[in-house]
Amino acid sequence: MNTKTTTLALAILGACATVTGASAQDMEKCFGVALAGENGCAAGPGTTCAGTSTIDYQGNAWSLVPAGTCADMAVPAAADGTDRMGSLEELTRDIPA
Amino acid sequence: MTQLPDTVGIGFKRSHFDALQATPNRLGFLEVHAENYMGDGGPPHAQLMKLRADYALSIHGVGLSIGGAGPLDRDHLTRLKNLCERYQPESFSEHLAWSSHSDAFLNDLLPLPYDDETLATVCEHIDQLQSAIGRPMLLENPSTYVTFETSTLAETDFLRAIVDRTGCGLLLDVNNVFVSCTNHRADPRAYLAAFPTQAVGEIHLGGHDEEELPSGPLLIDSHGAPVADPVWTLYAETMHRLGPRPTLIEWDTDVPALSVLLDEANRAADILDGARHAIAS
Amino acid sequence: MQSHLETQAAFRAALNNAELPPGITAVGDLDRRFSVYRNTVAHSLSEALGQRFPSVARIVGDAFFKAVAQIFVTAHPPRSPVLHTYGDAFPAFLASFPPAATLPYLPDVARIELLRGEAYHAADADPMPADTCAAQISADPDNAVLSLHPSLRVFVSDSYPAVSIWAMNQPGGAAVPPPPDAEAALIFRRGDNAAVLKIDPDAARIVAALIGGAPLGAACQDVAPDIAASAFSTLLQHGLIIGLSQAKESGTHD
Repeated sequence: MNTKTTTLALAILGACATVTGASAQDMEKCFGVALAGENGCAAGPGTTCAGTSTIDYQGNAWSLVPAGTCADMAVPAAADGTDRMGSLEELTRDIPA
Repeated sequence: MTQLPDTVGIGFKRSHFDALQATPNRLGFLEVHAENYMGDGGPPHAQLMKLRADYALSIHGVGLSIGGAGPLDRDHLTRLKNLCERYQPESFSEHLAWSSHSDAFLNDLLPLPYDDETLATVCEHIDQLQSAIGRPMLLENPSTYVTFETSTLAETDFLRAIVDRTGCGLLLDVNNVFVSCTNHRADPRAYLAAFPTQAVGEIHLGGHDEEELPSGPLLIDSHGAPVADPVWTLYAETMHRLGPRPTLIEWDTDVPALSVLLDEANRAADILDGARHAIAS
Repeated sequence: MQSHLETQAAFRAALNNAELPPGITAVGDLDRRFSVYRNTVAHSLSEALGQRFPSVARIVGDAFFKAVAQIFVTAHPPRSPVLHTYGDAFPAFLASFPPAATLPYLPDVARIELLRGEAYHAADADPMPADTCAAQISADPDNAVLSLHPSLRVFVSDSYPAVSIWAMNQPGGAAVPPPPDAEAALIFRRGDNAAVLKIDPDAARIVAALIGGAPLGAACQDVAPDIAASAFSTLLQHGLIIGLSQAKESGTHD
């Protein structure tokens, strides 16, 4: 057994010793996936939301900006200092009033 | 063509699993959508295996595109075959509709013209399916919102010809009859009178939505409401004429508590009992 | 007279534009009645996408998600009728979608959600008892080849704290400034759900190598022993090791 193997073996045996069974606390509460992508055979929801309007998102016609929980949250700059988050202003200034 | 009992079942929704396990089993069977059990494993299969031990099972496909002009999806045929082998359901059914076109799956039951060409295509596809799953299937009549000027056959004649050529059975969706006939200003009783009822292996009952248009009502097969009164009436008339048939309550949109479905199931069971006694006497 | 294929092609095309297909009829209001099909296709596919990517929907908001879903389902309809597999192309689509450019981590969050769906529907397997596993492995850990649970997926972000961002966009989560570094996670089925467990990116790379069939020694090469130990103990703790064999090429085992 070489040195590397011994180190790995010791580390792994140590890991085995600390295993006490899975705990629930280490999991975040999260969206369920049970019903994601279920097939159905129902029609609807009627005629009021026809999916025929084409959206030209290359130009000014795209009038939506992200508006959820994280839309105004900047990701911190990376360790090398480069900014990884564009500004929302760049996008919003082109939107027709 | 089906080994389902002549009693009432409900469409199984995964949100009802716990409630269903805690409820005494008075249901004749459960029905599930085939495509929701096509993963390799996990909770969907674990739940269905448990339920399978207690209930008769109907597997209802919603994605094969039997009415499609192109060839059937071979991979999907294999998945259906594997599913039937895994669960040995008392019944397998699919729709007279198409849902895929040149590799795109559109997730809707789309209508087809009824003529000699589509009849040949549909029969060929049903033959392929029945060979793959090794059993006869039930074909369901659709809810439709438009018709085709090129149709040369009535829907009921089209279905009768399919039964004659393929030996399949039919799934008579009474709500679909009411929806389609209302949309096309036709008489649902005339439709039912012309329906090849000897082939009916299962009945579907579901709820619909209604919009009022200048040209008359537009009914939409939403499966998101209780079964409508006129549909109950048509169902009772049909069961008194045919005798009891396996009957499914389906509810797929805005699914309520299990007890709501069980109430609907009880109403259907009462009608089946009435039909049973009427025929016996 | 047009063939069924032509009829169907025209009908299918009309689902995505404002023209009606030739040859259809109704008692009146034909356009409104045909729109039931347009709506059902558009709505049902968008709903399926939203159920698969709820965190993306939460991050961008409902209106934005509906709009982006409409574009996506039209450009990339499902290829399979099994809808729980739909959406593989969504992360890449988001990455090249100009209006989402201000949220550069969005494709990574979408990838986490894709992997959760895969984990949920993966095959079943029983874990190997921890003590059996430890006993067998300690003889020759370098050449141990682990069989891992079929539901196990490895997520590694190249640039973003995507796991933290995903976590704060779960029900009840609140937006707080995430840590600065790129993150990784193990994703696997747990009970009736699919768990996302943040781990050290180097530990994640070890697990990825193990999934690829590398022996333990090779997978842990050039990684600090404590990282290797944490990767291994995480797998053991969550029942993700289902079998063990020895690599053939080694000369060290008997």
